[in-house]
Amino acid sequence: MTTHIMWFEGYWDGLKAEVGGKAASLGEMTGAGLPVPPGFALATSAYRASRDAADLDATLARLLHGLDTDDTAMVSDRCGRIRTHIAEMPMDPEVEERLRQSYAELCRRSSSDDVPVAVRSSATSEDSPDASFAGEHDTYLWVRGADAVVDAVRRCWASLFTDRATCYRVEMGYEHRSVEMAVVVQKMVRPISAGVAFTLNPSDGDRSTIAIDSAWGFGEGVVSGEVTPDNFLVDKVLYEITRRKVATKEVEFCLNGSDAVHKVPLAGERAAAASLTDDQIKAIAQLARRAEKHYRCAQDIEWAVDADLADGENVVLLQSRPETVWSKKTANSPTGGANLDMMSSIVTTLMNPLNSRKS
Amino acid sequence: MADRFPSPFEIEAPEGAEGWQDLYTYSSLFSQGRRDYEDSMFWFQDGVHWPTALRPWDATLYEYAITSLSQYNTRHLQVPPANGIDFRILNGYAYLTPVPAPEADIEARVANFMDRAGFYFMNWNDLYDKWMVKIRDLVKELEEIDFSPLPELESADDVVKSGAGVGSGWKIQADYHKLLDLALKLWQFHFEFLNLGYAAYLDFFGFCKQAWPNIPDLAIAKMVAGVEVDLFRPDEELKRLAHLAVDSGLAEAFATGDVEATCQVLKGSDAGTAWIASFQEAAEPWFNFSTGSGFYHSDKIWIENVEIPFDFIGNYITKLQAGEDLARPMEAIRAERDRIVNEYADLLATDEDREAFQGKLGLARVVFPYVENHNFYVEHWSHSVIWRKMRQLGELFVKEGFWEDANDIFFLKRTEVEDALFDYFHAWATPAPAAGPSHWPAEIERRRTIHNALSAWKPTPAMGVPPEVITEPFTVMLWGITTDSVSAWLGGGGGEDGELRGMSASPGVVEGPARVIFSPDQISEVQEGEILVAPLTAPSWAPIFGKIQATVTDTGGMMSHAAIVCREYGLPAVTGTGFATSTIKTGDRIRVDGSNGVVTIL
Repeated sequence: MTTHIMWFEGYWDGLKAEVGGKAASLGEMTGAGLPVPPGFALATSAYRASRDAADLDATLARLLHGLDTDDTAMVSDRCGRIRTHIAEMPMDPEVEERLRQSYAELCRRSSSDDVPVAVRSSATSEDSPDASFAGEHDTYLWVRGADAVVDAVRRCWASLFTDRATCYRVEMGYEHRSVEMAVVVQKMVRPISAGVAFTLNPSDGDRSTIAIDSAWGFGEGVVSGEVTPDNFLVDKVLYEITRRKVATKEVEFCLNGSDAVHKVPLAGERAAAASLTDDQIKAIAQLARRAEKHYRCAQDIEWAVDADLADGENVVLLQSRPETVWSKKTANSPTGGANLDMMSSIVTTLMNPLNSRKS
Repeated sequence: MADRFPSPFEIEAPEGAEGWQDLYTYSSLFSQGRRDYEDSMFWFQDGVHWPTALRPWDATLYEYAITSLSQYNTRHLQVPPANGIDFRILNGYAYLTPVPAPEADIEARVANFMDRAGFYFMNWNDLYDKWMVKIRDLVKELEEIDFSPLPELESADDVVKSGAGVGSGWKIQADYHKLLDLALKLWQFHFEFLNLGYAAYLDFFGFCKQAWPNIPDLAIAKMVAGVEVDLFRPDEELKRLAHLAVDSGLAEAFATGDVEATCQVLKGSDAGTAWIASFQEAAEPWFNFSTGSGFYHSDKIWIENVEIPFDFIGNYITKLQAGEDLARPMEAIRAERDRIVNEYADLLATDEDREAFQGKLGLARVVFPYVENHNFYVEHWSHSVIWRKMRQLGELFVKEGFWEDANDIFFLKRTEVEDALFDYFHAWATPAPAAGPSHWPAEIERRRTIHNALSAWKPTPAMGVPPEVITEPFTVMLWGITTDSVSAWLGGGGGEDGELRGMSASPGVVEGPARVIFSPDQISEVQEGEILVAPLTAPSWAPIFGKIQATVTDTGGMMSHAAIVCREYGLPAVTGTGFATSTIKTGDRIRVDGSNGVVTIL
């Protein structure tokens, strides 16, 4: 980690307190060969430096003096002013320089002049007094350009002073100085195609199989079921594609001019074409398998093929969570506990040759 | 879609082939006397072994082979659900039908099978060692057969004064009988292990399919496949000779592509002479390798057509000079096999499952070398010697004016050769004119015309009533006949338009121009980067596998020799498509999806 900045691939356990839970998780996944969209964290040191440079303590003391936490209007007014102040305060010059440099680097990696990013707060530690308010911290999507990134980071910082978190600290007598925030800046995925994958076959529980559902554009349609996705089965050991069912995909979720995801109808060749190449299918299967090995249980992942990244590194993991349906059942057991002797087994096989049913 | 194929009795002789029945043993023909039985069965054309019209004598090995298979299923081992395979010849083509065992007999058969087959599985390696001795002895006996012309006068010492009491005329007939006996014995040996090998393989296969319903067939094959296999040895020898040529500075000698010229250059140096000696050493037995299935006398055999191995060696030399590494990475192949096994084992649910998995895999690996290797010893090596001996006999008749070409002997049925031999013996003994020279030339011409007409006929893939489900294990394993392929035949083609379905014999997806060839003689037409489309491929085509992108065949299953070899050479392959050579034209762009068994004309 250089001063204030940690790229995901530079993460190690010792940095967790400095970069927060979200950044730690993204860093851990990157390190485990689970390629999340690239990005970096702006450490808590950046917040501290900027806070001190702008003498935020003095402003807080002034605006919070005599705050009546039962007076909703007053809380809303004072906290609003604090947030506006933080969102407008100058950043520490070194912090700002580092942030702009890092954003430029991310643009370079994405072959873009102003790559759209997500800017999210990353809660620092669980014993932090306001850990339970982490969900209220802000997230900004489709942020483009260095100025906008700097702006979004300040607004994330400002989200430390939501009405509820501020009142909580006042009531409990916690120091406002005790809360700090790290911020994650991560490339927004512009998917060519996206979808989900299971590290077993959801239709029969076969654990040698990775099942992939895929459609053009954003994965929303696959997740919600609004698109009939292409379906691929891949063998986990040989990475052979053992089944491909290409569906007619009647809609595509894509980005409109104002960076919002919307649904457009799809027809003709594109609707009927496979939304993944064989190489992409194999890369997704390998990604899902790595996730399964990393988390040591069957996984249900969301993935995307990013238009901005180079072939070979454009399959990114958006989310990985344990698979819940088949994982609760026991896997197929061919012996079923009853171990036939070899000859009886051969006789049984000859009487019922399984391979007469070609899949 | 029809629910049955035409009856064998509805199929007419091709034009110009009237009277074709005379060419084959009466018992191998469909006949009114057995019509009820024959009409009730399901007959499929065995294009894996006999893709083209048989000549009369060649049908001998067909009859010997299938009858021996049956005998092992029924009289030796009592494979519980399966009796033998019945066979017929129709319009010159081989048709087979699996005969199920009567339901009521199965229980009694199980006990016998467990005892008899169990003994073989328990003692496999010892019995297989014995087999290797037996088969080599058999080849040696075949080699000793001599069809030299009968002498003007018998040897005074060896025949007359020795008190032997028999002469050359008797001996030449005895030798022909011996050739037939050895050919039948060969086919007895062939099936001593094969059905059992498939049974053990199927058992492991069934276990894997139960544990992992979606496991690709080829993953199972990869776990079992041997690393060093005799069937690949001929190709290994070509590579070794190519290396030797390059290392000895002899590469230039192969530049002309002409065997005579190359040999002239080689004979001019010590290194070259040493290379020729090394070639000859490899040739026996490894170049007794047929360019076809080995079941036709017309298949070319490397050792008799040295331009074939020379051409392959020349290609390998070019590759070596371009810096290519021809060696098979044995360590990497072993490591990959171990990885595959370990990863699947890890996916099993319980330790009992893992134990059963290892046990079945162990047995499959014990039996599999036979499945892989016997093909070289039987269909290639032994058959090569049989064809050579028969040609020697044919040549003898040429000298006696019976016919014009040594190969004409194959237009006689095996019993007719005995008759001709007696004719010759009688004419020699008397002496008096033989009847043959005025009998056979016209008859052979008539048969040649018929055979040409039969060859032009496209055999119907199946006849009669297909069973609901195909369960006979060997039919599925070896011939690739499945419930799916039968319904595809009934539909008259593949699945969707421009799509052919078959067995996913070897993985991978490629696109490229097709090269359709119908016989081994056309191998040289195959160009770099093409996809080979053929009725079937032989293991001896392996040297061109470095040139082509994929293989598509009309016939064959997962375990057909073509499939084994394609997997070994990492070449995508779809076998058993039924219609590839009649649907695809040379130059068509096609996509071969060896993982899913689909061929698409683009």
